[in-house]
Amino acid sequence: MNNLMQHLPILQVIVPLSIAVLCTMTKRGNLAWAMAVLSAGLSLAITVGLAQVLWAGPANVNYLFGGWSVPLTIEYRLDALNLFVLFIVNIIALATLFFAKSSVPSEIEERHVSWFYAMFLLCQAGLLGMVLTNDAFNMFVFMEISSLASYVLVAMGRDRRALLAAYQYLIVGTIGATFFVIGIGFLYLTTGTLNLTDMAQKLVSASETDERQLFVGIGFITVGLCLKLALFPLHLWLPKAYSYAPSAVSAFLAGTATKVAIYLVIRLYYSIFAPEFGSQLWPAIEAFLVLSLAAMVLASLSAIYQSNAKKLLAFSSVAQIGYITLGLCLVNFDGLTGGIVHLMNHALVKTAAFIAMGAIYFRIGSVELKDMAGIGRTMPVTMAAFVVAGLGLIGVPATAGFISKWYLISGALERGLWPVVVIILISSGLAVVYVGKVVETAYFHAPTGAAAKASDAPFWIMAPLIFLAGSSVFLGLNTDFNLGLAQTAAHQLLQGLGQ
Amino acid sequence: MIDFGEILLKYNAIVTVFLMVTSLYIVIAKGNMIKKLVGLSLFQTSVYLLYLSPAKIVGGTAPIIADAIMVYSNPLPHVLILTAIVVGVATLALGLALVVRIQDAYGTIEEDEIFRAEGDA
Repeated sequence: MNNLMQHLPILQVIVPLSIAVLCTMTKRGNLAWAMAVLSAGLSLAITVGLAQVLWAGPANVNYLFGGWSVPLTIEYRLDALNLFVLFIVNIIALATLFFAKSSVPSEIEERHVSWFYAMFLLCQAGLLGMVLTNDAFNMFVFMEISSLASYVLVAMGRDRRALLAAYQYLIVGTIGATFFVIGIGFLYLTTGTLNLTDMAQKLVSASETDERQLFVGIGFITVGLCLKLALFPLHLWLPKAYSYAPSAVSAFLAGTATKVAIYLVIRLYYSIFAPEFGSQLWPAIEAFLVLSLAAMVLASLSAIYQSNAKKLLAFSSVAQIGYITLGLCLVNFDGLTGGIVHLMNHALVKTAAFIAMGAIYFRIGSVELKDMAGIGRTMPVTMAAFVVAGLGLIGVPATAGFISKWYLISGALERGLWPVVVIILISSGLAVVYVGKVVETAYFHAPTGAAAKASDAPFWIMAPLIFLAGSSVFLGLNTDFNLGLAQTAAHQLLQGLGQ
Repeated sequence: MIDFGEILLKYNAIVTVFLMVTSLYIVIAKGNMIKKLVGLSLFQTSVYLLYLSPAKIVGGTAPIIADAIMVYSNPLPHVLILTAIVVGVATLALGLALVVRIQDAYGTIEEDEIFRAEGDA
């Protein structure tokens, strides 16, 4: 047992990876589903185990492959920030899988269902690997594992436009990943190491001429990751991919894929680049700040004009990603805490919203707003959960979204950035409008057509929906878990900068 | 006056950058989905060169511990790129599979015709 505990970091990735292979061997969708749930449950249990190891004392847990020493081997490294992101990925994966039980067979052909779960687990394994690894090239490999799986998942949508969305996602995603690996190449050529901790130390002793090469590398990495995390204006692939993908895929990707890319930005900038380059990175950070603010306003405006509820939520995702990157740009404790905690808060809330839309799609076969008129009367619980999630997106007090915005605003005030505070409030106002648009359609019209005959979705859809919406309220009132962990993470990151 | 010595010295870097830039241009400029994928594949190939060129030492052999072997190339980039090639093949295969499905669904693989069919250019 003790032996097993030592290998938890690698098991976190191996379990979903190997069960994904097992899923391809069965033709029965329900069996594959059971295996996927087993895998996601084990993953979450492993994360809890890792949390216990971490809370027992050490600031980080290191896992060396094959027992070789650091620069020679791939290393997994766990600290408060990774742990936080692991929780996000695993909780969202498990909740989405419960939702998938009813939703997937209704949207995907019977013979593809077991492949769906295999791809789902591969995607999850890739995301978990990206989070855990401390090796730059390993990050790229896991990034491609999760991306390739998610292209397939998006292409499984019923609409033929899903194919087009998947193709565009593939082109953009591959360009992003290739930029990332070009950047890694420059860093490797200069420092001679791929281990990130080792690289951070080698960067300190970099000479003047090396620095130019390093900046080229950092530039490539930044652009590549921005494509992956859909930072405005590199977000165009996201709304299409999320709106035409199967409901379960939208829910899963909205909660995890972009979040993990943001994690990579935090990790690389705060732990690797910043200790050495510090103030030289300010121009990049200011560009980030402006783009985050643009995302918060312009993507929210785009969301208001959408007639498809899933597309509306996807544009809202781009705006919410802006909040997170804004938090990173403030480079102080409150701002960073707000950004990190919003990773989880947004993941829970947005997945809940997408599951609610999935429930509606399950009943009436459409998420166009015009078909959803009056749905609040025939599917009361579903829409109530959507309203709770929507309040979280707006950031109403007593929801999780409020906590993140509170910290973001206080971080901005600490820096004396009044205009940023105003823009946060404007963006929240726009969120009221786009959430309100769905709520207005659902509650203030008489139900017609399919909506009139609808009723609340079956248990497997309602359970994760209520859990996620409820957790938004719970984490809005009891902040110990997510805020505490985010604060520890922010503290550790800033400690690395000597603040 | 062109300094040919300099060009020869940086020959690999020049080829790498040329491939990188032209292939990225193909991805952006071409409307044909297969051509786009060809560009994407070339773009990834340029990265292989970026990694491999500095790792190869003229006259260097494989890193084997033996008395006769004094000069050897760095094996790590070679191994990394082996992985990257696999990733590239997988991406190209998946991309082509998607194009086949798109051809079935739309009857064309020209992006502008497809966008016209969907009514959002």
